Amino acid sequence: MISKQEVIHIADLARIGMSQKELKKIQKDMSSILNYFNLLKKVDVSRVNPTSHSVLVENIMREDKRKERNINLANELVKNSPERKARYVKVKSVL
Amino acid sequence: MELTDLTISQIQQGLAKKQFSALDLTKAYLNRIKKRNKKILAILTLCEKSALLEAKEIDNLLLQGRSIPSLAGVPCVIKDNILVKGVKCTAGSKILENYVASYDASVVKLIKKQGAVILGKGNLDEFAIGSSGEYSAFGKTLNPCDLTRVPGGSSSGPVAAVADNLCAFALGSDTGGSIRLPASFCGVTGFKPTYGAVSRFGLMAMASSLDQIGPIAKTAKDAEIVFRAISERDSYDSTSLGVAKENVPSLKNLCFGIPKEYFIKGIDRSIEIMVKKAIEKLKEKGAKIKKISLPNTEYALAVYYIIMTSELSANLARYDGIKYGYSKKAKTLIDGYLETRGSGFGQEVRRRIMLGTYALSAGYYEAYYLKAQKVRTLIRKDFERAFQKVDMILTPVSPTLPFKIGEKINDPLSMYLSDIFTVPLNLAGLPGISLPIGKSNGLPVGLQIIGKGFSDYKILKTAQIAEKIWM
Repeated sequence: MISKQEVIHIADLARIGMSQKELKKIQKDMSSILNYFNLLKKVDVSRVNPTSHSVLVENIMREDKRKERNINLANELVKNSPERKARYVKVKSVL
Repeated sequence: MELTDLTISQIQQGLAKKQFSALDLTKAYLNRIKKRNKKILAILTLCEKSALLEAKEIDNLLLQGRSIPSLAGVPCVIKDNILVKGVKCTAGSKILENYVASYDASVVKLIKKQGAVILGKGNLDEFAIGSSGEYSAFGKTLNPCDLTRVPGGSSSGPVAAVADNLCAFALGSDTGGSIRLPASFCGVTGFKPTYGAVSRFGLMAMASSLDQIGPIAKTAKDAEIVFRAISERDSYDSTSLGVAKENVPSLKNLCFGIPKEYFIKGIDRSIEIMVKKAIEKLKEKGAKIKKISLPNTEYALAVYYIIMTSELSANLARYDGIKYGYSKKAKTLIDGYLETRGSGFGQEVRRRIMLGTYALSAGYYEAYYLKAQKVRTLIRKDFERAFQKVDMILTPVSPTLPFKIGEKINDPLSMYLSDIFTVPLNLAGLPGISLPIGKSNGLPVGLQIIGKGFSDYKILKTAQIAEKIWM
């Protein structure tokens, strides 16, 4: 069983606010699912490489040339932010 | 026959012969949606005005006698995690309830180029996370075959829309079975292409090493027509490669593998019988059938749930209440994050973000994520070995018939087990199609054809032969 302290720590890392009641429920759910994951303990992978993608993924570079961009797209994207000032996205102070 | 019963091929012919106009067609679908959608909630946003305009444009092309593209005038629904410019795109989540897409996804651009008419956006489990269609923040979609049952998820709305004749085809996404499982639950055809066959640019990322966009249609032929329109290399998605065309000469030259690990205890007896009968029919028509083994199958679901939750916890970090969507005001930056994400995401999404964050966190990464990636290699190799002996593999799509609404909602693990036969393909990047093979007690049953990577056309062609034998 995963401890309540751990659940609080994970919720903090995941940036998810949780009530005491939900912490309790998620502690139970996570424990049973993590328990199911233990199935993998019996698989021997000592000489196996990990697969991150099913196809070979490599960096694909584009030519170092200026591309024409639709200026409007940037405006549209900024317009989607809940708080803004002119063409800037407004954020609470970080420090 | 009603206009809304037509397949894409029939629409193409009808328009060419001027039996009806594109506008007639779109109006017929819009009328049907207005009558039916309140009940089954397959569609979240209706694009009535733009759909009528798009249909009129096609009629103009037809009047001018110009050659028309492959999806001209064909009404469709797009899953609401795929962007359509100027239209709301919610991902079924409160956190994006008012988000309007600023650009078209590459697949949307491609089907628009082929003249498709977009009727609306399809309901889904929040962020494509779920196996039943019950996790949408805007209400659950019902199964058109039985309104007391789930349609399957996460492409619940797009699939239910095709099954209920609210559109001629739909685009969905499949990360662990999200096209194939609902297709089998609702009795339609759903195709998950090879990883890399279709661009994901403009699809809201869930688990990036698994996500794939694919068609949902009434026939395998229609699925091929749509797939041909959307499968293309795209410079905006560096994992996209496109696929070479392939023909299937005849069943006699094909050998199908039947993996014993997919006929396990716990599978619904009627599904097992029907799938075996369907396989028997292929054999009668000359196909070779071979028993095979995919020994690491039992680990696939655990591997999938570790990799998927890990990747989605990272992908969903972008919903922070700052760049777009729902935002809860708070005194500090951190409180803003906590409150926005705590109340903006639904329960299942929060649960999976937590699991993924745990699996990636210091001290657990090697035991969970890295281990899962290694077992993923074993699963991939199982398939590689099998495909040295057989051309394609046949399995059930789901271990159960469509279940009752609410039946599994409080037991996440039993819900996850619905994906047991579909997730291995995503882990190995393989293409697979879910084809209807009949009904058990009035409920649809599907069969899955799995092929080698990039054998998409071979599967689609084989499916067209097989569906004639089965239905």
